[in-house]
Amino acid sequence: MKIYLKIWRQKDASSKGKIVDYTMDGIEGDMSFLEMLDILNEDLISKGEVPIEFDHDCREGICGTCSLQINGRPHGPDRLITVCQLHMRSFKDGDTIVIEPFRAKAFPVIKDLIVDRNAFERIQQAGGFISVNTSGKTVDANNIPIRKENADKAFNAAACIGCGACVAACKNASAMLFTSAKVSQFALLPQGRVEATERVQNMVRQMDLEGFGNCTNTGACEIECPKGISLENIARMNREYLSASIKG
Amino acid sequence: MSSLIKSSIARKVVMALSGLFLVLFLALHVTINFTSVISPDTFNQWSHFMGYNGLVQYIMQPILILGVIVHFVMGIVLEFQNMGARTIKYTKFNGAANAPWVSRNMIITGLVVLAFLGLHFYDFWIHEMTYKYIEVNPEDPTRYYRETVEKFAPIWRTVIYVISFALLSLHLWHGFASSFQSMGVNNKYTPSIKSFTKIYAIVIPLVFVFIAIYHHLNPITH
Repeated sequence: MKIYLKIWRQKDASSKGKIVDYTMDGIEGDMSFLEMLDILNEDLISKGEVPIEFDHDCREGICGTCSLQINGRPHGPDRLITVCQLHMRSFKDGDTIVIEPFRAKAFPVIKDLIVDRNAFERIQQAGGFISVNTSGKTVDANNIPIRKENADKAFNAAACIGCGACVAACKNASAMLFTSAKVSQFALLPQGRVEATERVQNMVRQMDLEGFGNCTNTGACEIECPKGISLENIARMNREYLSASIKG
Repeated sequence: MSSLIKSSIARKVVMALSGLFLVLFLALHVTINFTSVISPDTFNQWSHFMGYNGLVQYIMQPILILGVIVHFVMGIVLEFQNMGARTIKYTKFNGAANAPWVSRNMIITGLVVLAFLGLHFYDFWIHEMTYKYIEVNPEDPTRYYRETVEKFAPIWRTVIYVISFALLSLHLWHGFASSFQSMGVNNKYTPSIKSFTKIYAIVIPLVFVFIAIYHHLNPITH
């Protein structure tokens, strides 16, 4: 396949970036998308040019590191996968592919296609945990009966890998799906209920401080989430937040 | 309390509550308007009641105006915040791939409805205020039907009404069900809420459009 690439190049955080055109020939459908970029980078290095920086780690869809906006969609055209699981068979010979970093004020570009997603880390640090006594007397979680339905929902919320596709897909760059998944996974479990009030208030406060946009319930985040995190979590977070605010 | 007011969730809840209030008001409005098609006398009676009842005039009307202002101001505040959340735009953004047009363009449909409200206020509310409080005319329970029908005589006004209600329909299509999600309601009733939203978003504007066209086609000739 012959593929025409339009890739965002940006020297560093303070530089102004631009779209640069590249042409790739001999691309096979069985190549992964990141392999295709690896080959492009090898080619650039052999020509003495600066390779394209992009985030990647596990390359099996579980770490949430890869983060590319491909033809206007986070993680590309296929559903429920990350970029590293995307293959070139999803494109046709002669296609033009536009590759950009995830765009949000809270996700500033570090270089080329790499963005700083520490805003998510700060939201997590604001309350995305439970304070457990780990002195050796910790009660085994399996000793606490939990409704199957709640356990399943908590597990599904915990599947969020924090990749930021929800922010990238949202027209408002809202981080509600991410934050709500982190709130929900604890809110549904007895261990998490103890600090539920402070957790939701602190995490939402941090989310707002980071400069993410507001949720307008378009549902784009749910569609583009590689882990299928449901909008139900946003509704649950809203309930938790309102309930926490009323309790004071 | 100040952190609650500043929070994105609280602002969305304010949007949802004011929106639902306006949705309920639409049902009342369309019901009274529809009587103008089936019984001019009933329409006159209801209009006179709404125009001179103290509870409606001095309590319900200010609440309604406040609801419109809150919904509009909060919508604009949220829109500016949202625009600021992505300062560098995508070269290519395929929003249609994951969200319907109506949900992505509430600000457009909302602003058109707001512009229509300006015309609507000029046509009816300012007229009423002038009639009652500036010109200090005597009560006339028989004038409303004639005044309403005469308003729809010009084709341009009828066309503006039709277009505005088409956009109101799109606004309701997303906004009604969305307000429940904002308030934390997403459960086994959600599919029913979404179905009801679609029916409401079609039927209510359609009846308003029918009334406008009906009066345009059936002018008072005597």
